[in-house]
Amino acid sequence: MSALKPLDPNEKMDIEAILTDLENYRPLRKGWVWRKVMEDGVDMGPFHFRNMSEPLKNSIGLPASKYFDDIDPQPECVVTSEIASGRFEDDLRRMRMAAWHGADHLMVIRTTGQSHIDGLMEGTPEGVGGVPITRKQIRASRKACDLIEEEVGRPINFHSYVSGVAGPEVAVLFAEEGVNGAHQDPQYNVLYRNINMYRSFVDAAEAKLVMTAGQIFQIDGAHNANATAKAGWLVMPELLVQHGINCAYSLASGMPKELIGLSTVPPNSPPAPKLWYDLPYAVALRDFFSDFKMRAQQNTRYIESDIEEAIRTHTIDTLISMLTSADIQSTITPDEGRNVPWHYNNIRGVQTVKQTWSALDGIKELLSLKMDGPLGEMVRDIKERAVGFLEEILEVGGYFAAVEQGFFVDSAQYPERSGDGIARDGQGGVAADSIVPRDPDYLAPVCAHYGNNNLPEGLDHPCDLIEGCTLCHPDKIVYIDELDPEDSADRRLQDTYPYRKGHLIRPEVEWAGDGTVLMQMMVPEQEDYAREAGLEIARRMGLDDPQVVNLMVLHPAEGCYLEVKGKVTFDVDRDTLKIPEKIELLPEEELREAVLKVGLKVVAGTVGEDEHSVGLREILDIKHGGIEKYGVKYHYLGTSVPISKMIDAAIETGAQAILISTIISHGDIHRIQMKRLVELCQEKGIRDRLILIAGGTQVTPEMAAETGLDAAFGRGTKGIEVVDAMVKTLKQRGVL
Amino acid sequence: MTDDRITRFEQRREEYKTMSDEALKEHFWDLCIQLVAPIAELARTHTSPSIERAVLLRMGIDSLSAHGVVDRVLQAGLLGKGAGHVLLRVAEKQGCDIREAAAAILEDKDILNNLFEEVTQ
Repeated sequence: MSALKPLDPNEKMDIEAILTDLENYRPLRKGWVWRKVMEDGVDMGPFHFRNMSEPLKNSIGLPASKYFDDIDPQPECVVTSEIASGRFEDDLRRMRMAAWHGADHLMVIRTTGQSHIDGLMEGTPEGVGGVPITRKQIRASRKACDLIEEEVGRPINFHSYVSGVAGPEVAVLFAEEGVNGAHQDPQYNVLYRNINMYRSFVDAAEAKLVMTAGQIFQIDGAHNANATAKAGWLVMPELLVQHGINCAYSLASGMPKELIGLSTVPPNSPPAPKLWYDLPYAVALRDFFSDFKMRAQQNTRYIESDIEEAIRTHTIDTLISMLTSADIQSTITPDEGRNVPWHYNNIRGVQTVKQTWSALDGIKELLSLKMDGPLGEMVRDIKERAVGFLEEILEVGGYFAAVEQGFFVDSAQYPERSGDGIARDGQGGVAADSIVPRDPDYLAPVCAHYGNNNLPEGLDHPCDLIEGCTLCHPDKIVYIDELDPEDSADRRLQDTYPYRKGHLIRPEVEWAGDGTVLMQMMVPEQEDYAREAGLEIARRMGLDDPQVVNLMVLHPAEGCYLEVKGKVTFDVDRDTLKIPEKIELLPEEELREAVLKVGLKVVAGTVGEDEHSVGLREILDIKHGGIEKYGVKYHYLGTSVPISKMIDAAIETGAQAILISTIISHGDIHRIQMKRLVELCQEKGIRDRLILIAGGTQVTPEMAAETGLDAAFGRGTKGIEVVDAMVKTLKQRGVL
Repeated sequence: MTDDRITRFEQRREEYKTMSDEALKEHFWDLCIQLVAPIAELARTHTSPSIERAVLLRMGIDSLSAHGVVDRVLQAGLLGKGAGHVLLRVAEKQGCDIREAAAAILEDKDILNNLFEEVTQ
């Protein structure tokens, strides 16, 4: 196996290189990894954090982090991002972006229908709403994760699903290929995928034991009940029951508690009084399941097209995690309700958690839950209902009988029942009648095999009969590359080559070169007209296939806020772009030292018949981060100051620089004033002693050379840029 | 039915009232364990095509061949012996390795006829 070339933060990931030599690639490590959490907390910048883990080597902090020494605190819990566009080769780049923002649990959704495929898929066909999970796809993804975790400096947990009719095979594949986490819950197959209940549970025991051998962390599927039931907040007692069944069955299959996680979602959402439902549920769950891990998911049930609404709900979901506990905090892309998640919305999801977690760091040291009131009563109520639910299941003849009678996903709160639960026939469903009794001489010569196994006595390992199984001897794994070269990653990569490695640029949200853009606008019309107007605007802007993805009525008659997506039909050639030269500012400390050393003093004022002074005040005053902040002393002469007076003032005060502000540009007066400043200084023979700088809304940096000034600044200039220019001029003149 | 259930639950709830939080939790887990015990027993004593394919994968058989072999084994009524077991027998009988045995089964399904009877004789 050739050594992997580490990723360079300034270069795109080389997808072709990742797909090369895959047949010989072995994952660098196996098993789930938690974050490193220091008992005494973490000191970062000026702050002490109580609920944060070890920082990353390379990361991108929240937008505001630049005001806080660029710190990027990382929550103590693992943070999940769900990534699956249908083309895994494009998802690898998204994984890297998500990891840089703080995701260390990357969950790949499977392509629609894979749970009903009775066997493994191979190759890299394109998926719908997810990715076909295959050996090649997993191996390449794990290889990419191996590189990414090195780049960010923290292990990445790669995750997918061990469900469907091929659960045991998928589990073997995952254990062989170093997948770190997986969903496994036979109830999910039965209720939501209509896979035969007997088959589903018999398979699950094998799958769970194989997962245990691969140290794969398990997450259950109970949260689907509140995503499916009509009133998700009423199924809370049942959720406890579903979690209980999967936990107990996992233990019975030989899985240790440390590998068992509950997938739990705060079931309610504003405008409902969310806390009165979600908090007692969260507490009840953590009481009953104190030996297991909590994977806190965010609510998807009530997300539609409004991204901000989703983010606000997810912020409260994260608050509930912090008030109770979460070992893994999952994120939901806020656009999940309107399209297959887009790249940048994965990042938004992760940011929601990071921002909330920082804001609420140490909350439990400041606040505690008031259990001796309604909260305690509600917690107890949920628990009692859950226990009653279990007793009734046993009373009717056990789990399978209860499923046949529609006990689960009923929209009423137990013991009430609406009669709309999901009932399944034990003799029906996908793969019905497909389990077979084991004969007394049944034999399976492999490790991690559940149940009766008539192995000869005296073996050290079950696989001794075959001189080792693939779990003990990975060399025995058979790698299949592609079954249909026309429907493969290699084929798709050829098409997207110009956008990844060539010089063509197209915007993208899902796949390289997809061309999708999103426009926001306010249309002052009623809903129906606003929608059509939005589409027409997009069409006239040249966008293909425009669609309104979100519409919010601002007022029935006054107008609507619209989001319209569409595709651009052109490429931008990278080689034709002119990038403005960037001025590298000297470090703040160096600037301060230089200013102090020469005792930098300036005179400043607006020149000519110009009464505008706001811009100049911002450049000068400490309050606005002006030059004063860096130690520069200034003498402000006011507005409409004649140029000659500016120069006289500089001579009188011994200032080293003159700053003029000129806003009015009528008749090119700004240029004339700038030239006049230079000429007058030359006449007086003091040009070399003074630094001459002009600024104004119509002034551009290029005008400095044109007029003979040392520097010129336009709109949006900051004080530090002016200080930088002065210090650099002094250095050029050998003064510093 | 719902009324009955509600009445029954109210009765049970009277019992729960006598339990501490800890006792209620213990009762919850007792019930869960009781509930899954017969299912675990079903799994212990049964197998399925996917389980058997998962065994063959671990024996170093590729996924496509594993699928074909298990189909043949199922048709021959031998899944209850274990597909891996069948493969071992064929390998032994043919004097070949396990992968060759898988190929042989795919090539000629009659190879599975009387596979276990012959040995017992």
